Amino acid sequence: MTNREKYDKVFIDCFSVEKSALNDKFVYQCVTEWDSIGHMGMIAAVEAAFDIMMETDDIIDFSSYTKGAEILSKYKVVL
Amino acid sequence: MDFYNDIGAFGSSTAVITEDSGRITYAELLAAADAIKDQVRDRCLVFSVCENSPGSLAGYLAFLRGRIVPLLLHNCIDRGLFETLLSTYRPAYIWLPREKAKAADWGREVFHYGGYSLLRTKHEPDYALHDDLALLLSTSGSTGSPKLVRLSYKNINSNAEAIAQYLGITRTDRPITTLPMSYTYGLSILNSHLLKGCALILTDKTLMDKAFWALLKTNEATTFGGVPYVYEMLKKLRFSRMELPSLKTLTQAGGKMSPELVGEFAAVCGQKGARFFVMYGQTEATARMSYLPSEQAISRAGSIGIAIPGGEFWLEDESGSVIAESDTAGELVYKGGNVALGYAAGRKDLCKGDENGGVLRTGDMAKRDAGGFYYIVGRKKRFLKLFGNRVNLDEIEQLIKSAGYGCACAGEDDHLRIYTSEKENQAAIKSLAAARTGIHPSAFEVICLESLPFNEAGKVLYSALK
Repeated sequence: MTNREKYDKVFIDCFSVEKSALNDKFVYQCVTEWDSIGHMGMIAAVEAAFDIMMETDDIIDFSSYTKGAEILSKYKVVL
Repeated sequence: MDFYNDIGAFGSSTAVITEDSGRITYAELLAAADAIKDQVRDRCLVFSVCENSPGSLAGYLAFLRGRIVPLLLHNCIDRGLFETLLSTYRPAYIWLPREKAKAADWGREVFHYGGYSLLRTKHEPDYALHDDLALLLSTSGSTGSPKLVRLSYKNINSNAEAIAQYLGITRTDRPITTLPMSYTYGLSILNSHLLKGCALILTDKTLMDKAFWALLKTNEATTFGGVPYVYEMLKKLRFSRMELPSLKTLTQAGGKMSPELVGEFAAVCGQKGARFFVMYGQTEATARMSYLPSEQAISRAGSIGIAIPGGEFWLEDESGSVIAESDTAGELVYKGGNVALGYAAGRKDLCKGDENGGVLRTGDMAKRDAGGFYYIVGRKKRFLKLFGNRVNLDEIEQLIKSAGYGCACAGEDDHLRIYTSEKENQAAIKSLAAARTGIHPSAFEVICLESLPFNEAGKVLYSALK
């Protein structure tokens, strides 16, 4: 699996959405599954998928599908 | 002493800090409350759809000051359930966010303030309200039933005063909201701080929102409360490394948190110079029944502590006799001025007076240590028999959680279902449960979910686990 596929799979699994929903409009609280609890689960899944530990600010800033990809580059994860 | 009347004395002090860091004084808040109150005039039933906002708070104070009885409901309440409640209770008015009022045909707007509308419904009361009845809340176990808890003026004042006393709340405290106002724990934080003339920072933003932390820091919040999952989030956010010098007091209630996590937060708070209080309560007791003094938080991690000032605990065995020995489990019974009048299943119950006489059978099983501190060991009805063995679902949950796996348990005799989002660890969870209980693994089924269902108060929604 490519990094992009792994990243997409986290969103698809955590928020029960189709791949086609994943674009720059997919943001925090845009689906009921992505609430504060869903956010915590998604962050844990991203960390596990890429074997990283994110900083507090990055966890909170991780507010959209697009923003998340930018943040991952800080952890040397290239999508 | 009625705090909602007495707080007029705080006049020019700040009562509310809004999401955009605006200030509202006690005098301004009470002027708004009294304008709302004057529209309603007669004692009647009102549905109040709550946010953590000035409009919502002004309405709540208006109703208490005017002896108007509100039912507090969460703003995200399912529309079908809301309409069921409307037809069951037939309130004379609804106080709700304006955009919500415009989207439905529940009544005619007669007043508005702070983004809220007061709607006069078409209902004419065909029921009476008991003189002592102050407030209605739904129980936090949200099963979608119209069953409500009836609280008195004495209940609200007595609990607010007890909480302010044991937490040592002073006028310089400044809570930031992390819980819905319609939820008994969230409401108790507002009541106990209003009593002392504190400024309340009102927001519906969550811990996972950047704006929440900015608001907390800018306005130097001193305290907030959290249910267990809030503390799991704080841990994920590496709370121990955050710089939040204004925080002085954290409280935890709304469910049993693992002793490991309690110990961890007690230690972290100690390092930060803050106090950490574990507390216990139910809507049926207005909010709080006990607290663990913060200096005991590490040594007695896992305890719910001692009864609040003015309250009393004892344990009863299955025959109803009081258990005198320590370390013996029995049903936890509470007595105090904060025990609700009773339940209501419909509007005809609103004329009923006190049915509990100040005594609440909690339905929780507990034991008491030799020092007089109480520990919840389970809920009376959450038991299963597995191959003849009596098994407590809460204890199974705790044992799996303490191994690091989030879960919720349900089931029938000889079939305990463990719901988890730990896809990779299904087999490990099953063998752990079997090994720790000594019961054959075929009694356990591990079911994987994307996430566990929680209600808006952060408690596991067992009714959704079928």
